[in-house]
Amino acid sequence: MANFVVDTDGIKRYLVNITVNGTKYTKMIKANSLLVNFLREDLDLTGTKRACEQGDCGACTVLLDGKPVNSCMVLTLSVDGREVTTVEGLAANAKLDILQEKFMEHSAPQCGFCAPGILMSAKALLMKNPHPTEHEVREAIAGNLCRCTGYVHYVEAILDAAASQ
Amino acid sequence: MYLQDFEYFRPGSVEEACQLLFTYGFKAKAIAGGTDVLIKMKKDLLAPEVLVAIGQLPQLKNIEYIPGRGVVIGAGATHNDIQNSKVLHEKYLSVAEAAHQMANNQVRNLGTVGGNISNAVPSADMPPILIALDTTVKIVGTKGERTLLLEDVFTGPNQTVLEHDELITEFVIPDNGFTGSTYFKFGLRASGALAVVGVAAAVKMEGDVIKDARIVLGAVSPVPLRAKKAENFLKGKQAGGELFTEAGIMASHECRPISDIRASAEYRKDMVRVFTMRALDKAVNEGHV
Ligand SMILES: Cc1cc2nc3c(=O)[nH]c(=O)nc-3n(C[C@H](O)[C@H](O)[C@H](O)COP(=O)(O)OP(=O)(O)OC[C@H]3O[C@@H](n4cnc5c(N)ncnc54)[C@H](O)[C@@H]3O)c2cc1C
Ligand code: FES
Ligand code: FES
Repeated sequence: MANFVVDTDGIKRYLVNITVNGTKYTKMIKANSLLVNFLREDLDLTGTKRACEQGDCGACTVLLDGKPVNSCMVLTLSVDGREVTTVEGLAANAKLDILQEKFMEHSAPQCGFCAPGILMSAKALLMKNPHPTEHEVREAIAGNLCRCTGYVHYVEAILDAAASQ
Repeated sequence: MYLQDFEYFRPGSVEEACQLLFTYGFKAKAIAGGTDVLIKMKKDLLAPEVLVAIGQLPQLKNIEYIPGRGVVIGAGATHNDIQNSKVLHEKYLSVAEAAHQMANNQVRNLGTVGGNISNAVPSADMPPILIALDTTVKIVGTKGERTLLLEDVFTGPNQTVLEHDELITEFVIPDNGFTGSTYFKFGLRASGALAVVGVAAAVKMEGDVIKDARIVLGAVSPVPLRAKKAENFLKGKQAGGELFTEAGIMASHECRPISDIRASAEYRKDMVRVFTMRALDKAVNEGHV
């Protein structure tokens, strides 16, 4: 179990080691820290969005050990020793991920608030299944709600990204 | 949304976890995937002072077939672990399919079958199909362990027979000779919607005669309900459309649904009739458990 110190209010602060987008972070956090808040507030990685905060919308989707999860329902302490990938980790060497390219090409997002989450769900799908069917794409992003678009361009962009990799 | 302060323990074994739950008593709560616990805490429905994290205990994760015992599913298996399990695809496809009908991909990567059962919500998706297959539950506490039929675990909405220091460690689907089974869920959307009605059926066929049958209804009574009159009615009879129709009518008389925001009691009753009919047809004719 993580080491901890007790602060002046008698509240424990626990030591965690978490790899985010390939960088190792060592931080002291309270037990009530949620991963979405840890990413946005402690690491300034604000690409991950916060909306419903109860697991319904997928705006906060990140990859935990390669699998998409809602970071608003994950305690940061449960991620100790594990690996997280956020939307900031998709681009490599100043080059956007093919999904990001295709999202732009197809004008997939409108306001864009749901886009980071959809990117992460789509990324997880393509890592596991490089040539998904349209149905598989729709299932993969079924946990990501979009209030602007009708998902059509998103689905086309993801299928196009799969075809272009 | 921020959570209230609490202490966090990540024990290295089930025994240690039970000891912590015993020591801290009603102040403590076990957390596996957290998809129920954390949401309740956010809504101020629950304010544990201590969380005991059991989600990552490797001893709760395995899914395997043990000849003579049956298919063992660790309580910490996530819904996606179940959905993707080779063992379940071979042995009980219907269980993998039921897990797939839960929530959405992100939630299925977090939520566990142990949490789904222990949370004991009437609309939960895993209880009907597991009860239909005569699944047993191993429960471990500081005073020892016991094994119960899953059917006997639920005592009311959000209530089970579990003592405060007890944890479910595994589910066992015994080799009971079912030849077909399935779970039908009706939700208001295909993804991320709780069941308005859930019906599981399992049958043992000899030729086209039904030797034994289970019908388990979800979301239409305080606990998952076996439609025993309909089950008995089917025994020894030749399978067929009219028989299933009649069994459906019987099951719809047996359930005790409420009206709520998602559907009226009348609607639920009628959906039980339709789904019982369809589930029996599929369990009998599709040829897999
Ligand atoms: C957006 C969303 C959609 C959902 N959709 C569905 C759905 O379609 N169908 C459905 O059935 N559910 C659904 N759920 C509910 C939830 O995801 C499931 O019930 C899930 O299986 C709970 O498991 P968990 O590991 O997250 O439980 P936790 O939240 O970790 O725990 C739940 C309860 O079980 C106890 N517990 C956990 N593990 C054990 C154990 N091994 N032994 C004893 N007690 C234990 C905990 O103390 C707690 O009281 C949904 C939830 C969300 C947020
Ligand atoms: S903010 Fe996490 S699912 Fe909506
Ligand atoms: S683009 Fe606005 S919510 Fe999806």
